[in-house]
Amino acid sequence: MELFDALMLARLQFAFTVSFHIIFPTFSIGLASYLAVLEVLWLYTAQPVFMAVFNYWKKIFAISFGMGVVSGIVMSYQFGTNWSVFSDKTGPIVGPLMGYEVLSAFFLEAGFLGVMLFGMDRVGKGLHCFATLMVAAGTLLSAFWILAANSWMQTPAGHATNSVGQFVPVDWWAIIFNPSFPFRLVHMVLATYLTTAFVVGGVGAWHLLREPNNAGARLMFSMAMWMAALVAPLQLLAGDLHGLNTLAHQPAKIAAMEGHWETRAGQPLILFGWPNMATETTRYALEVPKVGSLILTHDWNGTVRGLKSWPPAERPNASILFWSFRIMVGIGLLMLLLGLWSLWLRYRQRLTASPALLRFAVLMAPAGFIAVVAGWITTEVGRQPYTVYGLLQTAQSHSPIDAAAVAISLLAFLVVYCTVFGAGTFYILRLMRRAPQLDEPDIDKGMPQRAAGITPAPVLSRAAAAQRE
Amino acid sequence: MFDLAFIWAAVIAFAVLAYVLFDGFDLGIGILFPFCAAGDERDEAMNSVAPVWDGNETWLVLGGGGLMAAFPLAYAVVLPALYAPITAMLLGLIFRGVAFEFRFRSSTHRRLWDWAFAAGSTLAALAQGVALGALVQGIPVSGRAYAGGWWDWLTWFSLLTGFALVIGYALLGATWLVWKTSGGLQQKAYGFAWLTGLATLALIGVVSLIMPFLDPVFRQRWFSWPNIIYAAPVPILVGLAALWLLAGLAKRRERSPFFAAAALFILSYLGLGISFYPYIVPPSLTIWEAAAPAASLKFLIVGAAVLIPLILSYTAWSYWIFRGKVRASTGYH
Repeated sequence: MELFDALMLARLQFAFTVSFHIIFPTFSIGLASYLAVLEVLWLYTAQPVFMAVFNYWKKIFAISFGMGVVSGIVMSYQFGTNWSVFSDKTGPIVGPLMGYEVLSAFFLEAGFLGVMLFGMDRVGKGLHCFATLMVAAGTLLSAFWILAANSWMQTPAGHATNSVGQFVPVDWWAIIFNPSFPFRLVHMVLATYLTTAFVVGGVGAWHLLREPNNAGARLMFSMAMWMAALVAPLQLLAGDLHGLNTLAHQPAKIAAMEGHWETRAGQPLILFGWPNMATETTRYALEVPKVGSLILTHDWNGTVRGLKSWPPAERPNASILFWSFRIMVGIGLLMLLLGLWSLWLRYRQRLTASPALLRFAVLMAPAGFIAVVAGWITTEVGRQPYTVYGLLQTAQSHSPIDAAAVAISLLAFLVVYCTVFGAGTFYILRLMRRAPQLDEPDIDKGMPQRAAGITPAPVLSRAAAAQRE
Repeated sequence: MFDLAFIWAAVIAFAVLAYVLFDGFDLGIGILFPFCAAGDERDEAMNSVAPVWDGNETWLVLGGGGLMAAFPLAYAVVLPALYAPITAMLLGLIFRGVAFEFRFRSSTHRRLWDWAFAAGSTLAALAQGVALGALVQGIPVSGRAYAGGWWDWLTWFSLLTGFALVIGYALLGATWLVWKTSGGLQQKAYGFAWLTGLATLALIGVVSLIMPFLDPVFRQRWFSWPNIIYAAPVPILVGLAALWLLAGLAKRRERSPFFAAAALFILSYLGLGISFYPYIVPPSLTIWEAAAPAASLKFLIVGAAVLIPLILSYTAWSYWIFRGKVRASTGYH
């Protein structure tokens, strides 16, 4: 394979666009649920701080969601432009799953987003809260369907092959609830919640370092630290179960993640090292004897396959997987540490009083995104050399296209994504730099469907009603 | 004939039409953006679509996703054939989509995002029109793959349809502004609607005259006996819709011009359908040749039958919530 043939370029393009894309849905899924919780709490308790924090994050959600939409449309067409053979062969299975995603999730989010962003003064509290809940439900349904499709590619089930070489559905239940789907779904949804919690917590902490009594920042930080303390350990458990599932269905991926080359009983746990695909060794390995087998088989002397038991052409790239996996796990452990530390300080009633904890939380704000991207690199690179694991090779999935066409479009996506999403990130950071206010405006000055100003919501709806008459 | 493949062709045709009508008017507003005065007029124009644009664009995802699910072979052939216009469309949609939020986030960058909104909308519309023209001209297939060259999509005809779609979307946008705005912008929008309306009618005429000469199948479809009986109402209705549009504009009606413009789009689309059927990739693949296995079509049609009516009802609700004229901005002056 040449370095820059059409296949390699198409893979680069997919890796680049999907890595950028996954950032936004990760944040949108978590943030939509957070917004729903805030609004329900506000309706229930009538405490203005919940609405203030809701309005603060709503503006950030709008920007992130918009970037998720436009980068997502690119994905839905890229299957056809760059991966037409894959589309033809798997369309009968992957297509309907994505069709359900569009019908049950994308429309739901988009249909109620307008009301959630701009409609408070037009529909009233109850319906507005319903709209927020629908947006949150839409983001979760979207995760359900797209992860079903991805998991089917990882652990295909419930299908047959027809005379023209297409995968055809036999049992939809088996296709959707394929062996890796429940694990991947739980792991990913928890990841979106953790990622969002750390962003919210980081922003809260940043403002608490400057205004220790800011009510909005205290609420954000406290809620985020509950999430960290409760969900980080759950995520560790979910990740472990997901790993065991991968060992059962994609053992080569696990061997690459662990840097194991030889098949043997009592595999060591390699903490650090550099797996070298050419020499078939993991150099500079720092090992703990037998713990690898203990983790993977729950037995000190369990036998674990090494990469050498697969022909070289069927081995996923261990240099990448070994490290992407460790980055993800390392961040997960740091999250757990922060969560436990916050629990201890909360117990001592000093949650927001420790500058060290607040600084740690600020540093950890972007950690979830790094972990999510590293995790996806692990699972996707680990699926190689296949698009549909064991059945359809990546090298036989791409379109019969010119390298030049892929190269030019890749370059265009690089430039556009970096400028457009760079600008979006800049605007989001700028919004985050503002401390939350108790009279946080519903929508900014100059925003659409205004009549907002800095009037609190009840007054606002009366004013808007008067304006309509 | 009325089997699952046919029903799916109808569903996807509906999704694409819904996309063209819904996103057509908000892309049209982007196309007209440079001709609205910076400040109030632009804010007003953008506010008229801000709560609904996202839902509008979702129909495009349904068109693409539905095509992959129901006609995977067509999806696998058409997208590589239209590689450049599709990529251009996606890039255009990125710029215009983010502009909705970005332009309100920075007063210093606002001009820049206004420009991105206008250029992105125009590029997306042009690329869609070019893609349509290239599809009409035909896509060669060999085996299960596209068999043409990488520049086949670029012809004078596809450029003409690209230009026509930009003008047509601008007409939808202008008539939408007539409906949703008031005062100075509405007056301006009447002017836009006159210009783009007349141009759209001329372009519909030119494209309709050229099409029968592109492919003998099209000619036979329209002019052979007894087809001509079934096809004749379409051009007659186009004439009536044109009169409805022009009369609405002349009488300064606020709503009817938008619906007349939409009628023109629906009828032109119907005309295309008459030319295409039963091909999904003319002249290479019929809907039955490209259809996914029945098990795929059945599984998704259940969801579509339940969810599409639901989607249409909450979409209608959302439009109803944001009914009435858009207010001029009051915030930041």
